[in-house]
Amino acid sequence: MSLITVRQEGLYCEQGGFYIDPWRSVDCALITHAHSDHARSGANQYVATHVSEGILRKRLGDEIKLQGVEYGEKLKLGNTWVSFHSAGHVLGSAQIRVECGDEVWVVSGDYKRGADPTCAPFEVIPCDVFITEATFGLPIYEWETGEATCRQIYEWWQSDLERPSLLFCYSFGKAQRILGELCKFSDRPVYVHGAVHVLTEIYRQVGVKMLETICTTEMPRSHKYIGDLVLAPPSAHRSTWMKRFVQPQTAFASGWMAVRGARRRRGYERGFVLSDHADWSGLVNTILQTGAKTVYVTHGQSEVLSRYLCETYGLDALPLKTLFEGEGDI
Amino acid sequence: MLRDVFLQISDIPEWLFEDCYAHVGDSAETIALLLRHSPLEAQEKRDRPLHEWMEKVIPQVKTVQSEAELRDLVVSWWASLEDTEVFVLNKVLTGAFRVGVSEKLLVKALSAEYNLPESVLAHRLMGDFEPTVNFYRQLIQTDSEELAPSQPYPFFLASPLDEDRFQEENPTQWQAEWKWDGIRAQIIKRADEVFIWSRGEDLITQQFPELVEGFQSLSNGHVLDGEILCWEGNRPMNFNALQKRLGRKSVTKKLLAENPVHFIAYDLLEHHHQDIREKPLLERRNLLAELLTSFPASLTTVSAPLSFASFTDLQELRERSRQQGAEGLVIKAKDSPYLVGRKRGYWWKYKVNPMSLDAVLIYAQAGTGKRANLFTDYTFALWQNGELVSFAKAYSGLDNDEINELDKWIRRHTIEKFGPVRSVEPIQVFEIGFEGIAESKRHKSGISVRFPRILRWRKDKPVEEADTLQTAFELLTASL
Repeated sequence: MSLITVRQEGLYCEQGGFYIDPWRSVDCALITHAHSDHARSGANQYVATHVSEGILRKRLGDEIKLQGVEYGEKLKLGNTWVSFHSAGHVLGSAQIRVECGDEVWVVSGDYKRGADPTCAPFEVIPCDVFITEATFGLPIYEWETGEATCRQIYEWWQSDLERPSLLFCYSFGKAQRILGELCKFSDRPVYVHGAVHVLTEIYRQVGVKMLETICTTEMPRSHKYIGDLVLAPPSAHRSTWMKRFVQPQTAFASGWMAVRGARRRRGYERGFVLSDHADWSGLVNTILQTGAKTVYVTHGQSEVLSRYLCETYGLDALPLKTLFEGEGDI
Repeated sequence: MLRDVFLQISDIPEWLFEDCYAHVGDSAETIALLLRHSPLEAQEKRDRPLHEWMEKVIPQVKTVQSEAELRDLVVSWWASLEDTEVFVLNKVLTGAFRVGVSEKLLVKALSAEYNLPESVLAHRLMGDFEPTVNFYRQLIQTDSEELAPSQPYPFFLASPLDEDRFQEENPTQWQAEWKWDGIRAQIIKRADEVFIWSRGEDLITQQFPELVEGFQSLSNGHVLDGEILCWEGNRPMNFNALQKRLGRKSVTKKLLAENPVHFIAYDLLEHHHQDIREKPLLERRNLLAELLTSFPASLTTVSAPLSFASFTDLQELRERSRQQGAEGLVIKAKDSPYLVGRKRGYWWKYKVNPMSLDAVLIYAQAGTGKRANLFTDYTFALWQNGELVSFAKAYSGLDNDEINELDKWIRRHTIEKFGPVRSVEPIQVFEIGFEGIAESKRHKSGISVRFPRILRWRKDKPVEEADTLQTAFELLTASL
């Protein structure tokens, strides 16, 4: 009997009596991070890192029953010892380590290996079985450092100060990472869409250093934003919200921007390759570093990555069908 | 070939390359992205000017003696370039380097910049294009210089009929002609030579030796516009016959005998070395008829003008198109000049409604280029004895929102993956439109359809109610 199995409700640990990132209503849910495909409402009780508490409550409601834990703190759940370890994905994101008898499993959640000034770095946790994501599990995906990409973003912004610069990016994680990296290049305030604003305030409350931001809702409708950088979620692209900007230059920051067809299809003028998920080398190296002999692969390119691990490294790797979506290809 | 070179120097397995390609949809780009994993021996980065690449460096591929030499040459270039430069080089090497600008836009830009009429520029841009300084100078010079004898005129195209607008017209000022589904072409006789150009600006002279021979007796300085069709008795053969004549290097006697062609002349553009495109249609047609009287009817005929007294007449005419083997009508103003491109108001096309069947989506494949990693190539099936038999592929007809919705649906309802192709649960029904239907031994269903495309997503229709292969065969019988 496996320590963790896939049930209709989600990843389940019978020995511990809990689910990890369940997609249906369950009694006890351990949450790796607060993105919506991992943290869903309906559980009687949640366990997550202290740092992610603010965002979880914002997204799932203030009234949820939530137990906060520190990174590395050990909890006894049923017959298992459970601990949360930094995943480097977004603020408060964690891998979940489950120990039962002499067996150790780690569920990675979403993770990345590149430096990010807005969250704790990834920690390699040795284990027997590793359940990894594979959103960008193809060797065409290789990231530059966040700093290098944000320097490109800064140069793009500065290249045309006659008009507004609209940069679209996910409002939780990506936007704050950009605001954090841009501190190295600028001290000019950045305007943000309401959806970005709410989450950025939560980041500030836990002391993350970012450029000063002003929410666009606080500005008069006639404000021109000449030479200003504005961050907004992709859903605002070509929306009525966007109409207030006269002839803006537009760009999208996402890992998917590595592929030209994906850039052209979306109709942004520029694409910046910036992801909070591990790239191909990041995935393969991490899996090898954990020392796991058995690997289950979820999200996106699960079949490709598991086949590669089997053939190239002789690991016992299998795709695992879940409802996690990774960085949605929208 | 580039792909093989890459696989030789990389430790990425072939299957993984294929998965990457399916995701990127462009082999030049896939290689450029993957080369980042294949550290090549560092080469001195030389800043070569573009013209040196185009004129001296890249043409070396034509003179190499062996595959190994070719590989070493390409690899040395890759090693000396940055990622994006590798991508551009690969695009040039694969012959797929293009910038997505319409010819019309290009002509407009050149016209604005050099103050030349658009029609002159469009004419100069027809035919073979050489990326040289000289070619460009000739393109933008103000005084007209002798054009090459093979130079075709830009084609004038009909626009889809605007019914409301057309009903206000006086029918006596218009004539209709059958719209044929062949190859629109210009036949040019200049400098004692016959040249045949397709509308896609390909020189197709070699593929139609009987037309070359037949029009050899045309005197110099004449250009005809018309349609090439495979012809039998008094009607066109199925388009499959014409397909067999295309894209072949040598045309065998057997092929000539089994698929004889006929040229239906629509228009005369040059008459005794005079460009007569400004003259009214009727005048050009009279000259055309006179010119072709001495040619045998098996070789060429002038497209017959059909008159009509009212819009209702026209609609009735259109209904008879299929019986004629035509795909509809082209309606032309009797005084219309021969213009350039698609200018509305002079020539209209009035096609018959497509045939259609409700079919079930069974396979999907990701597209290429802009549609990379998006499931946009669909295979549809019809019922036969309780089983679904694939009958057509279609790539177009859905709008962007529908494409995205269907893409998501396909990802969630995949049954099996065969390389880049996925079989999906047979649930979604689509109305598939097509222009023609023919028997085919190459297709499992026994039929092939021409220009299949999606007319509607039939979300209202349960899969059991999709059409049967039997219905398709009934359409086939009715169209004969």
